[in-house]
Order: sequence, then C-alpha cells, then structure tokens
Amino acid sequence: MNTKTLMYILKRIALALLTVWVVITVTFFVMRAVPGGPFLGEKAITESAQAALEAKYGLDKPLMEQYFTYLKDVVTRFDFGPSLKLRGRQVLDIIVDGMKVSVKLGLTAAGIALVCGIVLGAAAALRRNKLIDKVIMVLTTACISMPSFIMGTLLLLVFALQLAIFPANGETAKGLILPIITLSLSPMANITRLTRSSMLDVLGQDYIRTARAKGVSQWKIIFGHALKNSLIPVITYFGPMLAYIVTGSLVVEQIFAVPGIGRYFVSSITGRDYPLIMGTTIVLATLIVVMNLVSDILYKIVDPRINLE
Amino acid sequence: MNKNPFTLHVDLDDFLPASDEEKAYMVQMRPSTTFFKDGMKRLFKNKIATISLIAIVLITLASILIPMFWPYKYDAMLGVRPGKPVDSSYNNLAPFQYGETEQKRIAEGEKVFPHVFGTDSAGRDYFIRVVYGTRISLAVGFFASIIVLIIGMLVGSVAGYCGGKVDLIIMRIVDIIYSLPDMLMVILLASVLKQSGLDKAIEGTVLAKIGSNIISLFIIFALLYWVSMSRQIRGQILSLKEQEYVLAAKSTGAKPSWIIRKHLLPNCISVVIISTALQIPSAIFTESYLSFLGLGVNAPMPSLGSLASDALNGITSYPYRLLIPAVAISLIVLSLNLFGDGLRDAFDPKLKN
Repeated sequence: MNTKTLMYILKRIALALLTVWVVITVTFFVMRAVPGGPFLGEKAITESAQAALEAKYGLDKPLMEQYFTYLKDVVTRFDFGPSLKLRGRQVLDIIVDGMKVSVKLGLTAAGIALVCGIVLGAAAALRRNKLIDKVIMVLTTACISMPSFIMGTLLLLVFALQLAIFPANGETAKGLILPIITLSLSPMANITRLTRSSMLDVLGQDYIRTARAKGVSQWKIIFGHALKNSLIPVITYFGPMLAYIVTGSLVVEQIFAVPGIGRYFVSSITGRDYPLIMGTTIVLATLIVVMNLVSDILYKIVDPRINLE
Repeated sequence: MNKNPFTLHVDLDDFLPASDEEKAYMVQMRPSTTFFKDGMKRLFKNKIATISLIAIVLITLASILIPMFWPYKYDAMLGVRPGKPVDSSYNNLAPFQYGETEQKRIAEGEKVFPHVFGTDSAGRDYFIRVVYGTRISLAVGFFASIIVLIIGMLVGSVAGYCGGKVDLIIMRIVDIIYSLPDMLMVILLASVLKQSGLDKAIEGTVLAKIGSNIISLFIIFALLYWVSMSRQIRGQILSLKEQEYVLAAKSTGAKPSWIIRKHLLPNCISVVIISTALQIPSAIFTESYLSFLGLGVNAPMPSLGSLASDALNGITSYPYRLLIPAVAISLIVLSLNLFGDGLRDAFDPKLKN
C-alpha cells in the first residue's frame, strides 16, 4: 500500500465520519422542528403534567444544550435515551433486540444474493446470447423493476396464503424463508448483471486467450483466471446492497410480521416515538455509511490498477 | 504523363474542369444527419425501447383520458347517498357485480356502467382508483425528475464552470449528501413534513389541491436527489470547457452565463436526457414505497403504492386488489427502465458502435 492509497483511505474515513455527524445533526434538528412536541398525541394532558414530562426528558433546556447532550451521549455511550411510547425501555435495548432478528435476516439474504447472483451471472456470461443468457437477463430485469413491497406481498399471497407452504408470520425460523427470498431477489438480480458484464469483459482479455492457447482446461480458465478477476466490481455493490436490504427490510418485516428493527422503526414513525426514530435512523445510517466505506476501500486495495479519484 | 517526378512544371491536365462523371462522385448520396436525428434513428431501431415507449405513451394517455369520460369518481362512495342510510351492498363488490339499487335499475331495463375491477371496502369504483393512482404516480415521477433536473443542472454547471473554491465547496456538499443513506433520510423527512403544519401553510393556494404530502415529497427530491445529476453535469462541463470553441467564445467577450447556456449545456444534453429518463422510475419507486408506509399521498387520493398498501388488509378475500396495482407499478417501472436503457444506448456517444 503506497501513500496515495493511504491518503485516499484517510480521506474516505474523514468523509464517512462527517456524514455520520451530518446524519445525527439533521436527525436531531429535524425531529425537534416538529410542532407540538412528542407529547401532543397523549390524551388530555394538563400543562403541569406536560411540563413535568418535558423536564423529565430534558426537553425544557435550550435547544443547543439538548443537542450537545444528545451528541455526547450517542458518541460516547451509544445512549439514545428512553423510548417515549414503550415505557421503561431504552432505545438502545429495543434496537439491539430488533437487530438480532434483522441481522440474521439481512445477512442470510445478502449471502444468498451473492452466491446465486455470481453463479447466475457467470452462467449467463459463459453462454452469452444463448437461451439461458436471455432467460436470466429477462428475469433479472423483472426482479429489479419490482419494488420490494410488491414482491413481498405477492410472495405472501402465493406461498403463504394460497398454497400455504410457508407460514405468513415471520416469528419462527420457517417463517423467515419468505422474507429472506423477498429481500434477496433484487440484490441477486443486480449482482447477476454486474458479474455477467464484468465476466464478459474479462473473457475478452488477452491473458484469457493466452491461457487458452497454452491449453489450459476450460474449468481452470473459468475458476482460476476469469471468475476471480470478474468479481472485483461486485465489491462495489456491497454498500448499495446493504442500503437496499435495510430499506427493504422496513416494509418486508412489516408485511411478514418479523419482530425486527424495521418493524419497530415503522411503528415508531406512526407512533411519533422520536427517540426511537432518531436512534434507529442513526444506527442504520451509520451501518450503511460504514459498509460503503469498507467496500470502497476494499475495492481500491483488491485492484491496484484502479485510479484513485 | 509526367516522367520526372521532381520537376517543377505544372501539369495542366490537373486543372481541367471536372467531367459529369467526376462531379457525380461529389454528390451527397444521403442527407446529413443531426445528433438528435441520429440518436432517434438508433432508438427506434431498438425494438425493446420502442415497445416500452409505446407502453409508456399508452399508459399515460389512458391515465389522462379515462377519468374524463368514466362515470365514476375516484373518491365517490357509491353506497353513500344524501339523506339515505349508507348502502353497504356497494362495498367490496367483485368485478362486474352491481350494488342493490343498480340491480333494480338493471331490472327496469336501464343500462348501468359496469365496475370493471369491482369496488373497494368503502364502495369506491376500483378501476377508476387504479387509473387515478397511475396518473398520480406518473405525475409525481415526472415532476420530481424535472425538479431534480433543474437543481442538478444549475448546481452542476456552476460548479463545473467556476471551478476552484466554488467547485470544491459545492462538491464537498454533494459528497456528503451523496453518502447519506437516501431512503432513511426520505422516511425521516417525510414523517416530519407530514406533521409540520404544511397543510395550513398552503391552504387556499393551488398547492392545497396537490396535497401536502406530495409537496413534501417534492421537497425531499429537491433536497436529496439532485446530487448525482449535478455530479454528472459537472464532469461533462469540466471536460467541455477546455474545448477550443469555449475559448473562442470567451475571447469574443461572451459572458459566463451565455457560455454555459449556449455552448456547454447543449453539449451535455445527452447526459441530461438519459439521467432524467432513469430518474423517473426511481422517483415512482420512492413515491410508492412511501405511500406503502403511509407517508405518501393524502387520502382519499390514491397512488399505486397506497392502493397496494390498502389491499393488504383484505389480501385473503380480494387478492386481485393487490395484483392490479402491483402489475401496473411493475409495468410502468419496467418500461421506463427499458426505455431509459434504450435512450442511453442511442444517445451516449461513448457507447456508439
């Protein structure tokens, strides 16, 4: 690794930190800008009770003071404060609880998307313009054009309600199968297309021709030479894939009643549970920013030919 | 002929008038073509793109024209008549079935316009709701892309043309917005703007008709989605402004705004067209996603996303109510995406051949 790469990595890390800070700041001020405050939804609340509640949650202090307290708590202790609607629970605990399920869901979906996507993409590239290539390309285009909530509801309708193969409720292990399929289809389609185009690119390179001329077997060319190099662009998709899975899981967990972080997030929006909305946004956003950072850096390290900037 | 190749004698044969046969060589066999014509020709050679374009045009025309003559309104509950109790026989009608009073009228020999897709749980004609929802989704996608286009073009061209510190500052802001997780920010902003009293601020104006939620959707697009457009335009302008014709214009005293408008932007047009075309489906996507979460259009106005979301409640009994908007939205996004790809293939000079 030379100094130029190091400088690039440092710059990217600085940008990521700045982004996380912007997310926290924007989230804080946007939430505070809502008129009426968090206790507006409570029924028939006296002024003294409202003042007591505001004092309890520190909402009576000046805005900037609240901001710096919040920033300090979040950065030093990951403390997002107590939830307003789920009494007596810390936002962090709710997030950790939800994450346990969501991470399982998301990682499985990402794994399936990666494996199937690479296999399908390589198959399409090796059988270019044959029937299998065309079928794969049509199917992937269809998968990309379908929003995750449509895909989820259709799968629910067909496999859980009409055919009753899987449960419609995502609380059991078997019930997670449909949400996982829903979440993995669109990333899988994207990875398939990425792998296909970069594989086609690699197969046209001179060193593949050299290997063929040497008499290297077809399988060795595919696995030893072509596939390894054509997987490099797939790394760049890690970040967007995570972003897709996170936003997709918000609706998918809603549709299949999976007790993950996405469901808490959606219900916290409708319930106006501001600390929970803020906490979840910050955690998920940080996750996505970090993943983008990792995939960018990995990309530059794996392929030294890539021009920085 | 000339025997000595190094002689300075002029060969007079070279100066004879051209014969008719020689003149015929110089006749242009086909009319010259412009960049636009050339692109359009390549676009229409692409079968998939042409079919998608036809599909888009048909869907758009249908969504505009059908509500004009359709006898039902998207928000009219057919069972509700002034001065009479609510007629619940109109709720949840299956396709091509009729409510009680309508059946009486048919028995009397009157003709009643059929409910092609039946009615929803509030007794509203579902077909017109789907058509209206399509119209809303298309309009949101289109206008959101226009907003993105204008802001992105303005910022991108200023950053690219000015360079230096202006460029540096703008591009840092762009970098940060670009790395924000857009959907999370959209959900956050949409959920807040929904509560922010936008309703009262726009009451009585033209905007009130559009609804506060769609306005906030536009605000979100204006805030977050212009960055990739401005990045592309900046890159294009950076390479274009080194061209000789820009130098020539500068030396004749042209103002920067003139150079941007007359020389640089017209040459960016292919980038602009392509990314706007691809922006529309993504805007439709975002709108339907937000509507599905309940953050989209104001009720009773339908959009394809909110129709799908409403259909979830009766999914076991009325699965077609989910399927219809699902098919519509997938069809629209698919054809817009394919058309955008076709546009890129036809107009991107880098992809020629």
